[in-house]
Amino acid sequence: MKKYLIALIFMMSLTVACEDDFLDREPTNILLDDQVWSDGGLVLSVLADLYNRYYDFQQLENWSGFAEFDEAFASQFGQYWRHQFQDYGYDAWGVWDYNYIRDLNLFIQQGEQTTELDESSRVRFLAEARFLRAALYFEHVKRMGGVPLILEPLEYDFSGDPTYLQYPRSKEHEVYDFVISELEAIKNDLPNNADIKSRATTGLALAMKSRAALYAGSIAKYGATTPEVSTSGGEVGIPASMADGYYQIALAAAQELINSGTYALYNKKDDLEENFASIFLDKDANPETIFVKDYKEKGRTHGFTIEVIPRSLREENIAGGNLNPSLNLVQSFEYLDNTFGEIETMDGDGNYIYYDDPAEAFAGRDARLGGTIIYPGTTYRGKDVDIWAGYILEDGSTISSDQLGGQATLPGKSVSEQVVGFDGPIDQLESSAQAGFYVRKYNDTDVGSGQRGTGSDVAWIRYRYAEVLLNAAEAAYELGQTDVALPYINAVRQRAGFTTDLTAADLDFDRIAHERKVELAFEGHTLFDMKRWRLAHKVWDGSYAELTNNPGDADAVSTRVYGLWPYKVYDPGNPNDGKWIFKEVLPSVVNSAHRFRLGNYYSFINDGIRNANPKIVRNPNQ
Amino acid sequence: MKLKIQYIIAIISIIFASCEYDNYDEPDTFLKGRIVYQGEPINVSYNDVYFQLIEPGWQLTYPINVAIDQDGSYSALLFKADYKLVLPDGQGPYKSLLNAESNSDSLDINLSGTTEFDIEVLPYYMVKNTGFSVSGKTVTSTFGLDKIITGDDAKDVERVNLYISKTAFVDTRTSVSTAEIGGGDIADLNSISMSTDIPDLVPTQNYVFARVGVKIAGVEDMLFSDIQKIEF
Repeated sequence: MKKYLIALIFMMSLTVACEDDFLDREPTNILLDDQVWSDGGLVLSVLADLYNRYYDFQQLENWSGFAEFDEAFASQFGQYWRHQFQDYGYDAWGVWDYNYIRDLNLFIQQGEQTTELDESSRVRFLAEARFLRAALYFEHVKRMGGVPLILEPLEYDFSGDPTYLQYPRSKEHEVYDFVISELEAIKNDLPNNADIKSRATTGLALAMKSRAALYAGSIAKYGATTPEVSTSGGEVGIPASMADGYYQIALAAAQELINSGTYALYNKKDDLEENFASIFLDKDANPETIFVKDYKEKGRTHGFTIEVIPRSLREENIAGGNLNPSLNLVQSFEYLDNTFGEIETMDGDGNYIYYDDPAEAFAGRDARLGGTIIYPGTTYRGKDVDIWAGYILEDGSTISSDQLGGQATLPGKSVSEQVVGFDGPIDQLESSAQAGFYVRKYNDTDVGSGQRGTGSDVAWIRYRYAEVLLNAAEAAYELGQTDVALPYINAVRQRAGFTTDLTAADLDFDRIAHERKVELAFEGHTLFDMKRWRLAHKVWDGSYAELTNNPGDADAVSTRVYGLWPYKVYDPGNPNDGKWIFKEVLPSVVNSAHRFRLGNYYSFINDGIRNANPKIVRNPNQ
Repeated sequence: MKLKIQYIIAIISIIFASCEYDNYDEPDTFLKGRIVYQGEPINVSYNDVYFQLIEPGWQLTYPINVAIDQDGSYSALLFKADYKLVLPDGQGPYKSLLNAESNSDSLDINLSGTTEFDIEVLPYYMVKNTGFSVSGKTVTSTFGLDKIITGDDAKDVERVNLYISKTAFVDTRTSVSTAEIGGGDIADLNSISMSTDIPDLVPTQNYVFARVGVKIAGVEDMLFSDIQKIEF
């Protein structure tokens, strides 16, 4: 009996409750808010994640995105569809990321409450999070129009009735106003230091403010030309009367940055083409870059160079040569006397023009052409690129091969020889320069950057000084202050080798639009510029129009990507033997013309979002 | 060994034998009709104009988009149910009419069997008296425009186009030769004439399709005439 009693007592002792917090344990796999907010290093880690979620539209980690419009041809089988569809989808380019907004709001809320951190780093963290939130709302309003402005973390009370969490869309201009006022409010809390490139700075706040105000101003002004692209509640569309106010903000913000002298145009090299290309490669105290997504050798790298390196010079047994800038873009680069013109292939009588060297066809143009594009007859990493489509005979027929550097026997000869470049172009052959060009911008010249094991550490530039100059020029021009605009646009042009400045008589809207096109090609601006000027539905109108002969015309139709192929003349005895001619071609893969409909100006808000919140109104024309 | 193969065959045949229990019948009821103004169909471009059918009563609504064909006709294969038909803003070269019954611009449709239903709308313009002629390789079209909506909601003609196409899909996307008159250059809306030359066609064919289109200022979707096959 006693034995049982002891056993019973022992068992009861097991069931006796211990202290209250027996189950209330510190997790070992995550850090709690107050743990994070007690240590600056941990807060920085959280902030790093928030930076990492920043939205880019086109970027180095997705080379084929650059072929989405008319700037480039995608020379890879899996991406040919980019030239074979007609309508851009209404849901394309959409973003609706309230998870990210909530995380930022939580971060800001905690940053305001915490007492553990020293004041200076707390202020900077807070300003950075508010910068990221402003950037994110800017991204939303660019793509979707007005969205609900949620500025604090929302909590559900599990009452079964979520209607109090359903916010309607703000007006489009209210979101822009928020972005502008936030950036103004935080700019002095951020470090004013041009050496900080991958975190927010005063300069970045000003640069973004000028861009956002410029976008809002041009939507107000040019939105008047497409009154259908608006909603009655103002969720989409900005009243034309607000245009001047936004342009003034854009100009003032840009001037504040310019006059501070913190940044400067990159001018380290004497060769202007080399200089322009170096803006995007040189990470050593680059005075031009304001905000970048940085990469690190042996740390985090990207494969842009692997994908776009000229095919004959590639460092891997795969990929290379995928991105071919289009003739549409190439011919947009002006002559150095400030005039526009196609790349000359024929004379007035319809005869070919014979060039001694293929590079001659591109001579006398804007240095940004050579800085952005690798064209036939130039070098990359000090080695010749080999872009030529074949031999052309006296009778106009051509001899080529279907393999890179393929061989054939020319008439009158007995030995076969190379009849096409090791970079192509060969129609429908991946990686060959099917449009006749390769891309130089962001194409890393460091040996090894084209290898899978290493990759490239070139940084993706989100904001740079030249864009701020162009923002200032555009805003001043739109305000009628042409004399203010000219020095800004001319500074950018002088760096590109133009010796004759534009005058007040030269400066018009087409000039402004064109300058952004050539200066900022492959930098993710095209779509948003075309949208805010309400040009997208005119330029990408779905018609099968030929390539324009007037590249300076901002609303010329450009729905398909054209190429330019060099041929070597084989005509022994003729003085033209061994010279070069060019043919304008439409790659046979390009079988459809792109159409941007009015409903594409603001992306589709999907039915799931509108089911969850019936207060969200649809975007127009979809 | 032989036995094993028999087992294997038996197992495979079981795997491949499908059951039908979990499938319900596919939609089998047609809703067909045209977009009309006073009984006359309104021609539009293909894949550009649509209306929406919404089936009320579910917790979440996902509209069914029904595309309108070039000749103004549509057809949708649906489940038998009650639907609300909505003409979204900005779709088509027309405005929706106020429905007296529901006092809104949505229409109630009770689909119990295959139904023919013409949707009456109010177009900005109608193309009338269209005629096409060909001499040599020049196609000429004469037509007139009726301005239907007048008063405050009236909209101007931005331009009129004559389109020539190799196939029966005729609009700006497929046109091989186009003539255009700006809205301000039209002297008389009741009698417009325009012509364009047929280019060399590859591969050769001795017929083309033509129609005229009207772009109304402030309206994205164009209004068209009937499509005419022209032999030359």
